[in-house]
Amino acid sequence: MSAYTSNQSRSPLYYTLLAIGVLVVLAGLYAVLLMEEHGHIITGMNNQIVWGMPHVFAIFLIIAASGVLNISSIGSVFNKPAYKARAPLAGLLSIAMLSGGLSVLMLDLGRPERIIVAATNYNPTSVFAWNILLYSGMFSAVALYLWTLMEQRMQPWSKPAGFLVFVWRFVLTTGTGVIFSFLVARQAYGTAILPPMFIVISFAWGMAVFHVVQSTIYAWNHLTLDEHVQKRMKNLMGVFVVAALYFVAAYHLTNLYFARQTEFERFILLNGGVYPLLFWGGYILLGNVLPLFLIYHPALGKSKCVIAASLLIILGGFALLYVLIIGGQAFPLSIFPGYQVSSSFGDGAIAHYQPSLWEMLLGAGGMGIAFVVTAIGIRVLDFVPREIPKAH
Amino acid sequence: MNDLNLQRRNFLKTSLGAAAVAIAPGLMLFKVAQAKGEGASSKVRWGMLIDTAQCKPGCNECVTACSRENGWVNENRPTDPQWIRKIEIKDISSGRELSLPMMCQHCENPPCVDVCPTNASMKRADGIVLVDKHRCIGCRYCMMACPYKARSFVHEPLHDQNPDVPRGKGTVESCTLCVHRIDNGQQPACAEACPNQAILFGDLNDPASAIAQKVKSVATTQVRADLRLNPGVRYQGL
Repeated sequence: MSAYTSNQSRSPLYYTLLAIGVLVVLAGLYAVLLMEEHGHIITGMNNQIVWGMPHVFAIFLIIAASGVLNISSIGSVFNKPAYKARAPLAGLLSIAMLSGGLSVLMLDLGRPERIIVAATNYNPTSVFAWNILLYSGMFSAVALYLWTLMEQRMQPWSKPAGFLVFVWRFVLTTGTGVIFSFLVARQAYGTAILPPMFIVISFAWGMAVFHVVQSTIYAWNHLTLDEHVQKRMKNLMGVFVVAALYFVAAYHLTNLYFARQTEFERFILLNGGVYPLLFWGGYILLGNVLPLFLIYHPALGKSKCVIAASLLIILGGFALLYVLIIGGQAFPLSIFPGYQVSSSFGDGAIAHYQPSLWEMLLGAGGMGIAFVVTAIGIRVLDFVPREIPKAH
Repeated sequence: MNDLNLQRRNFLKTSLGAAAVAIAPGLMLFKVAQAKGEGASSKVRWGMLIDTAQCKPGCNECVTACSRENGWVNENRPTDPQWIRKIEIKDISSGRELSLPMMCQHCENPPCVDVCPTNASMKRADGIVLVDKHRCIGCRYCMMACPYKARSFVHEPLHDQNPDVPRGKGTVESCTLCVHRIDNGQQPACAEACPNQAILFGDLNDPASAIAQKVKSVATTQVRADLRLNPGVRYQGL
């Protein structure tokens, strides 16, 4: 066990936080139990909004799980010592978030007890089926990579293992984006820009999560992060945030150019109620403008600013996913283009969605799993980043 | 020695005989069970032609018949299933108004079947698109993929089901084209119930069938034909 963590992680505060994490997980499981008994009627999801808050949480966690591995890749594949020292923690965070995200996705199923059917009746044309392989493979690849990093005798293999993880996470995030881009009939989806957009977004969100966890660990252990390392990492996060914003802008601008998509864009960006509010206020202002200001303003950019910026980027991420996933379904399907449509099944009408406490608890339970796995991982194994001498 | 051999031979004879008697009924039942399912024929393509000129606004007979036949209830909540629904449409430029039923369009290239991770969404050889309720894990990806919003998710526990139409909480369902009736030589409930004969059901592959002849002689439309899914349900006068 790490010398850094030995005393602090035995403190009552550590166990209190861990207990809170476990309680959140238990609350999530209680929600699952209720959903199992009463059905999805107790959630806010319905036949118009078929994917809701659990999917927002799950997809955030899966995207961030892939993106946080960027730290490992920069260390192992591109040989940057400052990042190499942080690769094990990035690996742990990836496994933790992937566990949380996948648990939420699985437990939200109508029949979660049948998950084995996905293995016994595999449909090779389904992106979901591909992702089952990609996600389970990701666990194995990251576990292997961590082994090569943490076991002295395996260290010569850390570069090829790092390369495997590097390639795998690109394919995995592509797979997550493709879930949406293969939906040909929905106006919000069905575009090839989504997989690369998800990849770039994952860099920003993964980096933000890493910053929050790293800062917490350093503060917990009364350590100070090397100023040079801090500066490099926060600047890189800023670049990723801008790159992600570029992709989001390209997605909307392309849509605005197509006459058939302008109504949808007007809904998302202008008159869709909660969706424009979350897009402009949540994603653009809180998730981009403010964090970039905190990162790049000459008088700011210190430790606390970086934590605040990271938390805001995470918040903005949730806002963006809410707009994409829920807003994308709330806008009516164009079944009869050129016609005004109405029916008892919500045709031609904006769908309403009010998330219930239970589905929020399920999503939060996924975050709880990620927290508990991280907290226990740091407690039992040596995941605390230590600077390699002359790290530049 | 010889006595012993004879005894052994007799014992084996009796045992084999007993085994044959024990297994035979099972084998016969197995044969019977196998013979029962002849399987759908790929020579047939079941389809429907809906004449929008005959479909009256406000008439809901097809929906009521489907609900009764298949045991689903719509109380106008967004979580309630609707295997078939009436849609009122109005041409934005000309103001022309139409009323028509919308249900699973039984596509030749169904997106729901492509995206289903467990092969629960499937297309029968005769073109009917179905959900295997024993395989569906309730991920709802097919609902996201369907361009016609034809599918519903069962949000609540079910009671008093129709044994011919198995349904299940936590699984996805949609119009089966009344496959249980078709397999008994009957028409789908909606087609039979329509007071104006607006729904013509039949085999699109049979040139002698009424539907094939009508499709050949009048202009018909496939909804969202641009997606090239080749639905088995067509509309006239759209």
